[in-house]
Parts: sequence; C-alpha cells; structure tokens
Amino acid sequence: MKNDRYSIFSLLRETLRGQTGWKPAWRDATPQPSYDVVIVGGGGHGLATAYYLARRYGVRRVAVVEKGWIGNGNIGRNTTIIRSNYLLPGNVPFYECSMKLWEGLEQDINYNAMVSQRGVLNLFHNDAQRNAYIRRGNAMRLHGVDAQLLDVDAVRRRLPFLNYDAARFPIRGGLLQKRGGTVRHDAVAWGYARAADRLGVDIIQNCEATGLRMREGRVVGVETTRGFIGAGRVGLSCAGNSSRVAAMAGLRLPIESHVLQAFVSEGLKPFIDCVVTFGAGHFYISQSDKGGLVFGGDIDGYNSYAQRGNMPVIEDVCEGGMALMPRIGRVRLLRHWAGLMDMTMDGSPIIDRTPVGNLYLNAGWCYGGFKATPASGLCFAHLIARDEPHPVAAAYRLDRFGRGAVIDEKGMGAQPNLH
Amino acid sequence: MRLNCPCCGPRGVEEFTYRGDATLRRPAPDAAAPDWVDYVYLRDNPAGWHRELWYHGAGCHAWLVVTRDTRTHEIADVARAVDIARHGRENTGS
Repeated sequence: MKNDRYSIFSLLRETLRGQTGWKPAWRDATPQPSYDVVIVGGGGHGLATAYYLARRYGVRRVAVVEKGWIGNGNIGRNTTIIRSNYLLPGNVPFYECSMKLWEGLEQDINYNAMVSQRGVLNLFHNDAQRNAYIRRGNAMRLHGVDAQLLDVDAVRRRLPFLNYDAARFPIRGGLLQKRGGTVRHDAVAWGYARAADRLGVDIIQNCEATGLRMREGRVVGVETTRGFIGAGRVGLSCAGNSSRVAAMAGLRLPIESHVLQAFVSEGLKPFIDCVVTFGAGHFYISQSDKGGLVFGGDIDGYNSYAQRGNMPVIEDVCEGGMALMPRIGRVRLLRHWAGLMDMTMDGSPIIDRTPVGNLYLNAGWCYGGFKATPASGLCFAHLIARDEPHPVAAAYRLDRFGRGAVIDEKGMGAQPNLH
Repeated sequence: MRLNCPCCGPRGVEEFTYRGDATLRRPAPDAAAPDWVDYVYLRDNPAGWHRELWYHGAGCHAWLVVTRDTRTHEIADVARAVDIARHGRENTGS
C-alpha cells in the first residue's frame, strides 16, 4: 500500500503508463463481526474521526458505517468555507485548532484538498456593526487568531464592484481573516477516506444503522442493513439525522433538523478573490476555482428532513446578493440544493459522552460543520479513545444546557431556527 | 410551501413565522429543574408527521397548529391554536 502514495513520481509513472495503473482510493470494505470502534456516519466528520483514531490514538480496528456512499451528504454539498473568526471563549480555540489542521492537512493525508487561504471578509454597514466587529477581531487576536479591520477604502481597492454607496446599506468597511478561505469539499471526504483506509479503517458504504444493541445500559454494537456489527465503543456522527439515530438509544437531543439551501452559478472569469459576507442581510459568496459563484444565506427556518427548500429563501438570498453586488444580477444559476442541518438550541456543537455507556455523540454543527471537519474528527477521536474531552472541545458538553453554560454566539436563546 | 390559513385561505409560507414543536407542554411553575430543561431544550425532532406552531404575522395574526410531514413538506391539517386550546382538539388527531 505504501507504493500508492501520491507524488510527482506516481504522476509521472501514470503519465507514461497512460493513466492505467491508478487504484481505487479506498477499499469497498465488507463488515467484520466486530470492531474496537464503530463510527455511525461516513461524512466528513465521521471519516476524520476514524482517521485520527487510527493515526493519532493508535486504534486500528475501526469501522465507519455509512447509509449512502462517501461524499453524498453535507461534506459534498456545502459552500466550502473555512474560517476561525468566532467570538466566544468556548469556540475560538476549537475553530483555530481546526484552521491549523487545515493548514497542514494536505501533507498529513497526502491528498490535494485545494486548501486556499484566500481570506474571509465580513462587511459592516454602520457604526454598531463596526464596533461589534472590532470587538470580535480583538477577541480573535487575544486568542492568537489573525484578524484585520479594513476601512472602506481598503475594501474598495480589493473589491471595487460592490455597492458601496447604497442609501440603505452603505459599506463602511470589513473584518478580514486572511487565513480563512475555501477548501475543495469532496476532496476532504475522499482524502480522509483514503488516508483512513491506508491505516486499516474499514469504510462500509450502503450500510444503514437501524438500531443500537444494548446490554446493561451499555451499547455493544450496531444493527445495520448489512447485519449486526459488534463494537467496543460507538460514535454517532450523523449530522441532520442525529436525533433519529440517538433515539435508537432512547435519547432526546437539544436539536432540530432544518434545511439550508446553497447555490452555484455558471462559470465566470475570476473576479471575487476572497469569501465575502454581506452584513445587512444573510448572504455569503465566493468563487470556485472552476469559476462558479458559490453562495448561500439563511436556513429556511422550519423542521425538515426533505433536503429540499422553498422559494422565499431563494428570493431572500438573491436580494442579499443584488444589494451587495448588483453585477451578478444577470448571472445564471447552474445548480442549487438543500441539506439537513442539525441546529442546536444555542447554535454550538456537541462532542461528548452520552448517558448510555460506550456511546459517544458528535452532533449539532448547525450550518457550520464543514470548517470544523478536522478538529471535530480530532476531538471526537480523542474523546472516544481516552474517554475524556479534548481540551479545545471541553465546552461542547451535552449537559451544558441544563447547567446554563450555553455557547450562544448570536445571543438568540433556545430557538434553533435563529442561530 | 403554502399554508391553508383557516381565516385567510392558502397563503405563501413567507407570510408566517415558525415557532417549532406544538406538542410541548409548559411545566408547572414549581416543577423540578430537569423538567424545565426538557421543555426548553429537548425536542423529538421527528422525521415524519410534526405538529408545529406558525404565526400568521402578515395576515390575520392567528397562531396556527400545522400538522406537516417533515420528510415531504406535505400538510395534513391547519387549525387555529386557540380552538385547540379551547376544545382540546390536539387529542383527536388530524
């Protein structure tokens, strides 16, 4: 397997052989009777967890069971943005840990994930927003994260085509995180899958968890559509389906599943060289390396497992886009989709033990899970291997709601559709 | 998605504000803390039929109880919350 390492030499070798020698990036594993750890959910977080379990914590008998195929969920359908521009102490170290893992990811997993630190620019439109972003930038810098306040002239030099002098939402400046940017999302899934597979992890696709087998208050394995799989420990990493899977263990979670839409336009010549967010509405946009504009906005706002959104939010997103950059008005939409978001009651995630023995939970990523993928995997692997929280994820406890220790970046309270 | 408001007829979903699970029942004021934590934070979050509260803010200002399938967005029933509160219709199904 060592010879499968990707390098300039393997590329040259395959060039000379007419690209006939490439092997599948991971094995299509069949389930073994039992494993030390079974991860339910083969999305980005589940694959990253399996990789770090094998790579950093020396757990080798690991399986990932996935109801569909690798890359078919939110890891393959998001707006690919990475950033660590958070405000609260429980969040900043975690997302900065994730950013640092992104920075070394491609060397670590020997896979080109097209990590592009092109910058994330959050625009502000009035004095109150400027003050809020100064505060946020200062909080970031106190945690050792890069943040830079740009005045309107600096923003104008970089993005001359924005709607600066609109009567209603004039642009006054922005908060820039230069190390933020984008990553090729499905390459993250494929790269982690390949790297985990090389370490002996079984990635079992088309294998849906249908139940959790319990004995004396402990989970002992997973019932699946491909038979029972015994497990020393089970990690749930099921995103929008977290409530359904946790219910198999009799748990109710502080989560509602909501639907988020996102959009990609036809390919255009490069003109947006960073990620831009509109401060007067919910709209964010970047341009992919293929040239498509990738953008999105709010969740639809009601419980849904439909993976299909409704027109009012599409209209709202397009209004935000037109208010910010009128020149995209004649761009044609190439595709649009919707995914399930596991929205928590405070807008922050959960990486913790559960009241059921040997059962661990990684959930509640709201609509910010992609940027968290590496740190989520690392911290969940740490929790499962050591049975104690990773220091940077120590605040993401399941019981924080009862303790009044919520991590509510937006200060919205227990209303998931407002986070 | 359109909701068939009992007062106003079929209206676009953009006229309404969503307020989540309609089956939650507020504990007694002196209930134990865990009961309050359950009420405020924990949800069944079903994939299937869901009874939920919507407020018709751009219409008649009525609070509605909508029975909707979260897998398909199919709507089986829309009733005024005040009628349900007065007549206990929530136990009769839709």
